[in-house]
Amino acid sequence: MRRRGGDDGGLELGTSAVAVLVVALVAAIGLELLHGSRLSIAKFGWSFWTGRDWDPVSGEFGALPFIWGTFYSSLLALLVAAPVGVGIAVFTTDVVPPRFRRPLAFLAELLAAVPSIVYGLWGIFVLVPVVRGLETVVSRTPLRKLPLFSGPPYGLGMLSAGLILALMVIPYVSSVSREVLQAVPVAQREAAYALGATRWEAIRAALHYGRTGILGAVFLGFGRAFGETMAVTMVIGNNPQLSASLFAPQYSMAAVIANEFSEATGDLYLHALTEIGLVLFVITLLVNAASRLLIWSVQRGPGRVSDGVPAPETIPPARAGEAA
Amino acid sequence: MKQPSILGPAALALLLGTFAASAQTQLNGAGATFPAPIYTKWFSEYHKLHPGIQINYQAIGSGGGIRQITERTVDFGASDGPMTAEEIAKAPGILHFPTVLGAVVPVYNIPGVTAELKFTGPVLADIYLGKIATWNDAAIQALNPGVRLPDTPIAVVHRADGSGTTYIWADYLSKVSPEWKSKVGVATSLRWPVGVGGKGNDGVAGQVRQQPGAIGYVELIYALQNKIDFGSVRNEAGVYLKASLAGVTAAAAGAARAMPKDFRVSITNAPGKESYPISSFTWLLVYEKQQDPAKGKVLTDFVRWMLKDGQKYCADLAYAPLPAQVVALEEAALAKVK
Repeated sequence: MRRRGGDDGGLELGTSAVAVLVVALVAAIGLELLHGSRLSIAKFGWSFWTGRDWDPVSGEFGALPFIWGTFYSSLLALLVAAPVGVGIAVFTTDVVPPRFRRPLAFLAELLAAVPSIVYGLWGIFVLVPVVRGLETVVSRTPLRKLPLFSGPPYGLGMLSAGLILALMVIPYVSSVSREVLQAVPVAQREAAYALGATRWEAIRAALHYGRTGILGAVFLGFGRAFGETMAVTMVIGNNPQLSASLFAPQYSMAAVIANEFSEATGDLYLHALTEIGLVLFVITLLVNAASRLLIWSVQRGPGRVSDGVPAPETIPPARAGEAA
Repeated sequence: MKQPSILGPAALALLLGTFAASAQTQLNGAGATFPAPIYTKWFSEYHKLHPGIQINYQAIGSGGGIRQITERTVDFGASDGPMTAEEIAKAPGILHFPTVLGAVVPVYNIPGVTAELKFTGPVLADIYLGKIATWNDAAIQALNPGVRLPDTPIAVVHRADGSGTTYIWADYLSKVSPEWKSKVGVATSLRWPVGVGGKGNDGVAGQVRQQPGAIGYVELIYALQNKIDFGSVRNEAGVYLKASLAGVTAAAAGAARAMPKDFRVSITNAPGKESYPISSFTWLLVYEKQQDPAKGKVLTDFVRWMLKDGQKYCADLAYAPLPAQVVALEEAALAKVK
């Protein structure tokens, strides 16, 4: 039994070394991005974040359309994925007979295993034509006067990007929400039934109990949507503009890096692209930190509602290179 | 991997004897994606002829190729666009060697129109500037008197990824339209006045195929291999030409008369009745002064072979070969590489 003490010492040392390594890696990525974008930072300063022009020919670079496009597409995706994902979670924990629960949950999670390039191809050949048909119908009605539905029906654009992202995010939201719902103490539901609640009311009580955990699940999905590159690039239309329209071709931060990095010549251009990576890195960190905080706040509360929540799956900006 | 131990002693002796100077020489290159298929073919054929020489090529894009050869992390670079004066200043002594030719063609999808459309440079520029917005615009109708063009809006499609194809397209539009030159300019990525961006040739072609009223541009090779029909373009001599490998080589021959010594020449809108106007060279980037003379010799031997024997592989892969005049000029220039 003596020796176990020694082993534990080694364990502590080993795991803390690994933990420190992870922190050091994140810091190193941040520093490298800072270093790689110094020319652009020096030239544009904070106006890089608010600049609307992206012109490699004249050397004018501003990130706002890309930040806008990234937030817009990710929020749109969540608008669709959050209700659907939570719905799947409720369905597979409370509604379906127990023996079907695991296979159904497994099928929903299988969506996460599809490579994003496959989503992109499916988007180009299946989703975009459908969206274009829908847009063509809408653009013949008076709805076209609304800013949300203005512009010609290209098919490629924000709506397609949002829908494809939603599909990719659903398994993350549903699987974490399912974990949260399963961790709600049985006493909660039994208490609801004891008070004469219907099944729907009991489910609502469970959802309310795990609300922060579910919000955390949605945030994880947001982080995932934020960094997604390949599928978005293939359907978003790749036009850097600030538009409220769902029909308008727009752009995202990850997409512009993937598209332009390999052919970028000139130091300022390269540094500007790296700074886009830096912006993406900073925003992704903030989003993930917020989601972690939410989950911790639940874990500290009564009961361990989000026991076993998987780590947020985020795509570091460096992964953008896969597109080349 | 061939290991000497599995070769017979006689073969080993032969190998060492024949390739004493260059045994197991490895060259590394990186750059343009457009010529990557023919480069790969050349390097593998050359390896068959000279088993001691292994040439590796990474198709990381022209921008990456220029960066890597500037930092001397590769033995040669490759680019679809010539290096700018600013870039050359950072890589003193760099030489350009044209290898093959490419061309860009306009593709379109107009409901009810099956006839082959004719375009001029200024009309293409105005379409891409957003000034011509419908297919029955008087400017397009005037070029195609026999065709009934609908009032469908024109949906402009361009490349979203930085690309040599975009460079050639924009280079041509700049030469024929002063407005394009001042408003948009020439680069591998642009600030596009209108339209949507597709990823790669397939992204552009796919969007054009799906979207009624769309126009896009793709590499000639891509259009030929995928049997996509495309329009003809009026060249500098006033002849409407549908792009072909012969037309591209003719454009290069037309430009060869005024070839600058460093081969950094744009052959868009080249003179000559048979010259297809949206054509371009693609280049190898090689330092005049090689750090390792042995490697330098291997490299120049390869380029010499590529200019003569290598060109015959062009047809199989649908690349336009270099005209004889350019080959002669390059062979002379190759003597400078030491």
